[in-house]
Amino acid sequence: MSKRVFYFLGVLLVLGVLLAACGGGQASSGGPEAVKTVIVTVEAPSSGGSNTAAGYGTTLKTVKDRGYLICGVNAQLPGFGYVDDQGNYKGFDVDYCHAVAAAIFGDPSKVEFRPLTAKERFTALQTGEIDVLIRNTTWTLTRDTDLGTNFAATTFYDGQGILVRKDSGITKLEDLNGAKICVATGTTTELNLADQMAARGIDYTPVVFETADQVFGAYEEGRCDAVTTDKSGLVSRRVTLKNPDDHIILDATLSKEPLGPVVRQGDDQWYDIINWVVFATFTGEEMGINSKNVDDVKAKTDDPNVKKLLGLEGEMGQKLGLGDDWAYNVIKYVGNYAEIYERNLGPGTPFNLPRGLNSSWKDGGLLYAPPIR
Amino acid sequence: MMNREPEQYSSGEVLAPPTERYTVLGWLKKNLFSTWYYTLLTLVTLYILYIVLKPTLIWVFTQAQWQVVVVNLRLFMVGQYPTDQIFRIWVALHLLAFTAGLAWAIWLPRARRIGAFLLFIPLALAALPFISGFSRINWIIFAVAALIGWGLGTWKPKAMRRPLLVLLLAYFPILILLILGIEPILKIVKTNLWGGLLLTMLLAVVGITVSFPLGILLALGRRSELPIVKLFSILYIEIIRGVPLVTVLFMAQLMLPLFLPPQIKIDNVLRAMAGIILFSAAYMAENVRGGLQAIPKGQSEAAWALGLSGFQTTFFIILPQALRNVIPVLVNQFISLFKDTSLVAIVGLLDLLGIASTVLAQPEFIGKQREVYLFIALIYWVFSYAMSYASRRLEVALGVGER
Repeated sequence: MSKRVFYFLGVLLVLGVLLAACGGGQASSGGPEAVKTVIVTVEAPSSGGSNTAAGYGTTLKTVKDRGYLICGVNAQLPGFGYVDDQGNYKGFDVDYCHAVAAAIFGDPSKVEFRPLTAKERFTALQTGEIDVLIRNTTWTLTRDTDLGTNFAATTFYDGQGILVRKDSGITKLEDLNGAKICVATGTTTELNLADQMAARGIDYTPVVFETADQVFGAYEEGRCDAVTTDKSGLVSRRVTLKNPDDHIILDATLSKEPLGPVVRQGDDQWYDIINWVVFATFTGEEMGINSKNVDDVKAKTDDPNVKKLLGLEGEMGQKLGLGDDWAYNVIKYVGNYAEIYERNLGPGTPFNLPRGLNSSWKDGGLLYAPPIR
Repeated sequence: MMNREPEQYSSGEVLAPPTERYTVLGWLKKNLFSTWYYTLLTLVTLYILYIVLKPTLIWVFTQAQWQVVVVNLRLFMVGQYPTDQIFRIWVALHLLAFTAGLAWAIWLPRARRIGAFLLFIPLALAALPFISGFSRINWIIFAVAALIGWGLGTWKPKAMRRPLLVLLLAYFPILILLILGIEPILKIVKTNLWGGLLLTMLLAVVGITVSFPLGILLALGRRSELPIVKLFSILYIEIIRGVPLVTVLFMAQLMLPLFLPPQIKIDNVLRAMAGIILFSAAYMAENVRGGLQAIPKGQSEAAWALGLSGFQTTFFIILPQALRNVIPVLVNQFISLFKDTSLVAIVGLLDLLGIASTVLAQPEFIGKQREVYLFIALIYWVFSYAMSYASRRLEVALGVGER
């Protein structure tokens, strides 16, 4: 073959690569001054360490330099994360992303969402593709240690529950003796069910299926007396049944599923920020401050605790590396915990999920924020 | 490409042999009720169709709540692409219509059906009740653009040939520039906002356009006499073919970032594209190689004897024949690639399938799985069938299967 063949092949190859390059060119948020269309984003070397470890203060600096937060979310979980018909992310977890952005920038919209599947979520966090992972992630010892991650304050206490028909007369776990229970196979749900029932000496028949759709389809057809999965999942699924009111969720909880934001290990400042943003939403509810009255309260208050929260004294924000109005911004633009909960899961939504464990400690729940002072 | 001169007959018209003609009843009798067992089969089939289709149609037309599709139509089509920038996608479509009109007039002046496709489908879409006025106007512009292209091509078929080729070659870069944007003329739209059918089409089009030449190179490489080129091609093809696409995508999404230094981040849409291209190229190479094997050795020997160089032999004698032979296989590969793009949904991209699942998580539309999945299945089918139809026309135009 002549040399020209190779020239030609070379040109073809280069063309192919160029096309591929054009095809996926990623743009940094280019200001009018700069064309920053690059496939590969090179960020200023902030951490000298490995992929997983982030140095103290580096995440906040990266986020501030970039101008927006990148938040890993679930795009497909009713109530927690989804895209509405206008193309905007909505949901409980999504609101916490907005809250973090509001605390840092005073603008809840300065956040970019990265939809993640359960499998890739930790890798995305470890490699720094996202700054914080708020994607219904259960806090466990293994995840906290092996994966190089830190779990911030729990925002939602979930737990495995059981859904039964109202007319079945089942009201507690013991009533399930001899019952058939639909469950998805290969999940922790299936194992939890076996453990809990064995511990109580209850005899039951598991009816296993591959997917949640099949599980609930079988339950609706009457092939089993009860169905089990996380309570938040039961609630969103119950809405889809023909007569949602004919079904009730038992009070019993079979497992602990504390869900909350996750950050990389090594950057304690960033970990503190995420923690205290969550605590600010708790504190807002405890003090009765919400997005509607926050301006009023700020103008009139004499309470030193409220003043510290809203940045009128104590310079609390600076200790976190933020502005002193950080908590004010969170409550003003996103709301306190009760508002976030009501908006996404409360009576105004199809889920109408009772607060339960997710009530403030004052109402007998588990939400308890350390004092801001 | 279909750039073949329409055949000109200098002598008198050749009359086609007479065709059989039937009345409706005659056709029914011949095809469905010719013997007693055919009659029985027909009746059984009709009965099965009846019991399957009746509830389906009743559901589709009376029980299904299509509101979920109507409300989220934009999401399904372009994902989160900014509303004020959607005109850019339309411009790309109009340009496509113009190019197609031009190609139709120049290459296939007698193919009326393509004309019907280009004109009536957009007009029919414009008449749909639930689309926005903006889309309605744009579908009409689409039809007009096709018509202008056709007019120009019919008016000056010879002069427009070169512009058409240029347009075809330039279309792909223009498309990417339009959709991605270029500062300061067009606002950059980041890839994380690309979604729905737009993302699916981009992944498929980029996958097809880039993996095709790559596959040809690999096929030639595998038949090459240079040991390193040959070894590399064989290794590449066999390794990639031994791995499922899902694995390749997961590698691209999960492993690649771990190997790269922490400051370098490659866009995840690009990573998915690269995965699809690399995967598809291996299959493409084997398809093309099949075509190359089918060319008798005499062809290249004849070319050498005529004094053609290796380059000329490969690209003017062997490849055109080889590719012509494998059109059905290639189109098969394209269709399967188009559908395989839905796998990116499991690495977190919101393509058509990914958008479908996120729409299903909207509180007001929980439990509308049937409507949503039926709708996207219809979209996948329309595009796959269009590709298959186009390939059949191409085979007819190139005379494949007639020898």
